[in-house]
Amino acid sequence: MTNNIIISSALHLLLIIITALSLPFLAKKPIDLPPIISIELIQITDKTSIPYAPKAKKIIEEIKKKEKEKLVSEQAPPKKVKKEKPDAIPLPDQQKNIVKKPEEEKQNPEKIDDEIKQVSEFEKKELFDPNNIAALIDKSKEETAEVVKSDNKVTQSQRKSVISSGLTLNEEDALKAQIFGCWSIPLGLPYNEDLLVRIKLNLKPDGSIINSEILDHARMNKPGQGFYKVLAESALRAIRLCQPLRVPTTGYERWKEIQLNFDAREMLQG
Amino acid sequence: MKKIIFFIYVSLFILNWGKAWSLIEVDITRGNLNPLPLAVSPLSVDQNSKEKFKDLLKLDDIGAEISKVVENNLRQSGLFNPLDPKAFLQKPDIAHVKPRFEDWALIKAQALITGEVKIVDKKLRVEFRLWDILAGKEIMALAFTTVSENWRRVGHIITDKVYQRLTGEKGYFDTRIIYVAEEGLKTSRIKKLAIMDQDGFNTKYLTLGNELVLTPRFNPTNQMVTYLSYFKNLPRVYLLDIETGIQEVVGDFPGMTFAPRFSPDGKKIIMSFAKDGNSDIYTMDLESREVEKITNHPSIDTSPSYSPDGKYICFNSDRSGYQQIYVMRSDGSKVKRISFGNGLYGTPVWSPRGDLIAFTKLHKGKFYIGVMRTDGTGERLLTENYYQEAPSWSPNGRVLIFYRETKSDSAGKGFTAKLWSIDLTGYNERMVKTETDASDPSWSSLLTD
Repeated sequence: MTNNIIISSALHLLLIIITALSLPFLAKKPIDLPPIISIELIQITDKTSIPYAPKAKKIIEEIKKKEKEKLVSEQAPPKKVKKEKPDAIPLPDQQKNIVKKPEEEKQNPEKIDDEIKQVSEFEKKELFDPNNIAALIDKSKEETAEVVKSDNKVTQSQRKSVISSGLTLNEEDALKAQIFGCWSIPLGLPYNEDLLVRIKLNLKPDGSIINSEILDHARMNKPGQGFYKVLAESALRAIRLCQPLRVPTTGYERWKEIQLNFDAREMLQG
Repeated sequence: MKKIIFFIYVSLFILNWGKAWSLIEVDITRGNLNPLPLAVSPLSVDQNSKEKFKDLLKLDDIGAEISKVVENNLRQSGLFNPLDPKAFLQKPDIAHVKPRFEDWALIKAQALITGEVKIVDKKLRVEFRLWDILAGKEIMALAFTTVSENWRRVGHIITDKVYQRLTGEKGYFDTRIIYVAEEGLKTSRIKKLAIMDQDGFNTKYLTLGNELVLTPRFNPTNQMVTYLSYFKNLPRVYLLDIETGIQEVVGDFPGMTFAPRFSPDGKKIIMSFAKDGNSDIYTMDLESREVEKITNHPSIDTSPSYSPDGKYICFNSDRSGYQQIYVMRSDGSKVKRISFGNGLYGTPVWSPRGDLIAFTKLHKGKFYIGVMRTDGTGERLLTENYYQEAPSWSPNGRVLIFYRETKSDSAGKGFTAKLWSIDLTGYNERMVKTETDASDPSWSSLLTD
């Protein structure tokens, strides 16, 4: 009798152990998932490894001290380039003086690293910059354009729209159509915020850009204006991608300065 | 008198001068929605690190593998067009230090991603930079260190940062999707809970398939999942801790129970179940386990979903005679119908951005996934099919994931269920890769903010 109870108990115990080991919901094994490891992202812009001429840094620092409110010009002003002999390769230091100034102040005054990198880039551009060569040629174009202008006949209807907007409807449509094609709209922007980017351009007679200036540039680096910055950058990309812009062949004085207002709300609302 | 004439003369001159020099303004209100062409240069790896990674991860070139993850993510988003690496003219290590912008512009790239991977103290250290090719400058540079097994997540994190910098909104790539994995004939389906990265990799199964599981939903912190499972033919709501694998029963509920979902703060679960023959919406406090009745109406109220601020709830109800979408305050007051189109509306889900509600619509025998504003205006149907439902939002509120089934024959053959994603434009529709058939997806929030 006692033996039977012991055997029965042992068998029951064995059964319980087997059940506990084999049934998954009792085992509660941890699931083999890769752990979610928190990752700390570090800004490395200030540790950038991009090489630069040591002199460049000094110059940039000097420029930073002198000028704090000047705005963007993405390309060298043609006048300064014209003075240089095309076959004389300017020294990097001289170059920086010419190009760097307008570049630095507008975008990220506080980011030294970007500026340093840009210096080296611009140095390189200056050695052979197709735009600057174009500027030399454009000088002659500009003069002839003025002569042609006087000969050109403008219809009455065209005159009307010139008075109101500065460009005829056809001219304005051509310019818009060109920029529409170049502007990749950042689709993540909120459609219900005041996001209008106004960019002033100084143009050469062939429509290429001497410089571009974001009129609300101060907003670019303000905290909480990330969307504005993204929109402004996309607009600048569109302008650069599109140049030379489709401008009228005549009346350079009329459109040598032009303001483009980029507004994506209509597109973002779908 | 002379003074007055002089003043008028000067004024006229100034006015005229101003007119002659007024700045021409042109409004640019349209652009293109073409994917932005960009180059993802393979991340450079030094020889020593390459060998070590090869031993650790069995990958020949971890830099190229991470770049592929980034490239694939960006392509899937529909907003970017990663260019073919065969066209790249510059070596990855040099491009990362000083890109030749002219070369990259030549292949029509508007942005460039470069990077470097190293092994430091047996850990993976990544450094990456984003360059604006047309402006000729660096616009972002970040570095981080993580365990080497995490290398796919490295690609997702890089994509998130690039996406945010170029589009203005947060990414959705370093995320996971939980879903119901299905196998077998339609008449005898085995259903398991499964979790994977948003790109379909690293699939893990969380249950064994011996119980029917339905509607898994992430909580806002990602570590917990709530889902419905049948135990002895009774619906039970479970909580599952993904990290530990421990699951607990929240409660047995009578009758039909549907779609438990977390509140935005993760402290409550909202669901519908039938009590005394009537289906209403209830919340349960996870700490005190107190149940509160939110709706009290003789109609069938189901599929509740909180607004991201927790102040409102959308749900569907047939109180008007047909199943439609309603919005109410989170205490159950001020119930307002918002859907008025033809057909039946179901599974409303509030967008994480708070501006839209996604839904499934049944009209003339077809199923649609659509979105509408929270006041019911601006309804847009994004996709149409034989059978599809259960949309779930990506954490940035731009993409929806849902499942789609095909017809089966009378024996249950020919039936498939797959996950699909579509973005708010309605053009970027893609099948999401899963190991098995899949249904009821739920998208987590970002693992790294």
